[in-house]
Amino acid sequence: MFEKALKGNNYYWIWLAFLGTFMAIGAFCYVRQYHYGLGLTGMSRDVSWGIYIAQFTYLVGVAAGGVMLVLPFYIHDYKVFGKITILGEFLAIAALLMCLTFIMVDLGQPLRVMNVILHPTPHSMLFWDMCVLNGYLFLNILCGWVILTAERKQVAPPKWIYPFVYLSIPFAISIHTVTAMLYCGLPGRHFWLSAIIAPRFLASAFAAGPALVVMAALVMKRVANFDPGKKAIDKVVTIIIYATLVNAFFVLLEFFVAFYSNIPGEKHALEYLYFGLVEHGHMYNNLVPFSWAFVVFCIVGVTLLSLPYTRHKNEFWLGAGCFSIFIALWFDKGVDFVLGGFVPSPLGAVVQYYPTLNEIMITIGVWSMGFFILTVLYKIALGVEREIEA
Amino acid sequence: MDKKRREFLKIAGISTLAGLGGTAVIDRLATGASPARARAAYEINSLSPAGQPKEKGPAKAAAKTSQRLGLVIDMRKFNANPGLAEKCIKTCDFLHNIPHFNNKKDEVKWVWLTGYENAFQEHSHYYRNETLEKNQVLLLCNQCDDPPCVRACPTKATFKAKNGIVAQDYHRCIGCRFCMAACPYGSRSFNWRDPRGGLDMKHINPEYPTRMRGVVEKCTMCVERVGIGKLPACVEATGDTKAMIFGDLNDANSEIRKFLKENYTIQRKPSLGTHPSVFYIV
Ligand code: SF4
Ligand code: SF4
Ligand code: SF4
Repeated sequence: MFEKALKGNNYYWIWLAFLGTFMAIGAFCYVRQYHYGLGLTGMSRDVSWGIYIAQFTYLVGVAAGGVMLVLPFYIHDYKVFGKITILGEFLAIAALLMCLTFIMVDLGQPLRVMNVILHPTPHSMLFWDMCVLNGYLFLNILCGWVILTAERKQVAPPKWIYPFVYLSIPFAISIHTVTAMLYCGLPGRHFWLSAIIAPRFLASAFAAGPALVVMAALVMKRVANFDPGKKAIDKVVTIIIYATLVNAFFVLLEFFVAFYSNIPGEKHALEYLYFGLVEHGHMYNNLVPFSWAFVVFCIVGVTLLSLPYTRHKNEFWLGAGCFSIFIALWFDKGVDFVLGGFVPSPLGAVVQYYPTLNEIMITIGVWSMGFFILTVLYKIALGVEREIEA
Repeated sequence: MDKKRREFLKIAGISTLAGLGGTAVIDRLATGASPARARAAYEINSLSPAGQPKEKGPAKAAAKTSQRLGLVIDMRKFNANPGLAEKCIKTCDFLHNIPHFNNKKDEVKWVWLTGYENAFQEHSHYYRNETLEKNQVLLLCNQCDDPPCVRACPTKATFKAKNGIVAQDYHRCIGCRFCMAACPYGSRSFNWRDPRGGLDMKHINPEYPTRMRGVVEKCTMCVERVGIGKLPACVEATGDTKAMIFGDLNDANSEIRKFLKENYTIQRKPSLGTHPSVFYIV
């Protein structure tokens, strides 16, 4: 089926070349980092994880979000989603490959990564995260491929695939739950030590993943005449709105607990993220713009998606709404969540983190790789669709 | 080292079982406690003697060890002997080939001085007396009895040795820095770049390996010296000032236990349940 990815118009190739350029720059920057060490990043003793792990966390959500397109179709027999479930599955594959790459570029000794398997350690959440991420990746590749092949031959998918499809649903939940557990089980990190981290992650995942699918579907409608159906898009948008609101609700709960209890440790990270923290007369507030951008884009996104005019009449506004949500949740999870957890440090110091150019280029490179894979996979899915229609 | 590794694997095996839910069974086997006693095992922290966990929660990463080496750091003695703390730090830095870079971002440190308000955040900082206002506190890894760093490490590169020391295997570490996020005391450092660039290679201690970039390290309570019956280097550096007392916390007759019995000591962040093996008099 790969041959379908090899035939495309000029826009297709220009887009791939554009992504390929950034992948090459990212790869070059990674070689530099590999030879020097992670000192080429902005990370330090106090902020020991940076944008790599933040992207990883966000993209696990995007991967898990794909399940919102799979579940209604397979569990509730919601036929309207027939055309977009494959988009959800392929999105999960691309997002998971990005996640694994972000983990790899973050490792100090990447060549030793097999030690996680050679010395399995069940009490480490990272071990379980590795298991569920790879499991979910495998399930999505398997299900996506088998179902698409069946579709191409215009036969029903083989019966044996269904257990795997059903299994992929709890797996989607588990990848984000276990990723939340990386953070929420650490003593002494107040911002992360909260039982609603996992549900909050899931809520934002169920908004971010589908938002990306809607954007992709709108683009494909323009450039490739792919029509997922108005009703399907409309349902997905409803899911996105609810999930965004639930996430906002969880964030407000965090604020309530911190500020009503008035426990300094609970408040510090939120103060740092939203208002800035003063230490020894110096104001530390480099993440404040991101936090408020999260708030603003959430409001803008939900508004655009809810108003009948912007939702139904004009696809540009619909896309803009989805983009707002996607980027808002990126500010929240792809920037704030991980970085905020390190402030203040265990010794009460406020250390601000700024990614270096090299680090940013690697990050962009990995994102480009993800979009490259996503484009190729969607191209294949479209090609099959076309073939059936013809 | 090989033998140590094997012992460690044994511990690790037991802890794996424990992680899978066999804690209660193992504890009962180990202590010979009756079921009633084992159920009471969930008694709250404050009912058990300070720093000596009696309660057993689920999913313990590190099995209890027969020995539990610990330290008392008597800041009164350090304050009375200016320069002593610096001497300890210098000794450790040289002995363990700790690199020094001229920027905070790449910093690696095993033992250092910091303000009381940073070291003891859970204690009141209002209207401190002059001693606390003026003097700094010596910090190093607490060698926790329930170390979160060991729990978090996905490769067992950081592990609890049989004598209770939380040790580090530089050759197994993948550099994921999960342990750094997990340590609530900021005891761990990462080699952001080649540490040899921060060392005067002509004046290094050939007996201790220099590390490679991309691995985590920390104070190991001189596991390499303690194993052959020597004192930790910083303790030795304090001479007979008694500023640091080293010993086995599980041995009721040890000097350190006698000292703890006779003096009021505090630990860092005891409420987190890590059970630090380093005690302070400030
Ligand atoms: S102080 Fe930190 S590094 Fe040392 S044993 Fe405790 S958790 Fe681990
Ligand atoms: S950085 Fe090394 S010691 Fe720390 S958790 Fe990862 S593998 Fe273990
Ligand atoms: S116990 Fe050993 S490793 Fe730890 S600070 Fe003292 S000299 Fe350094």
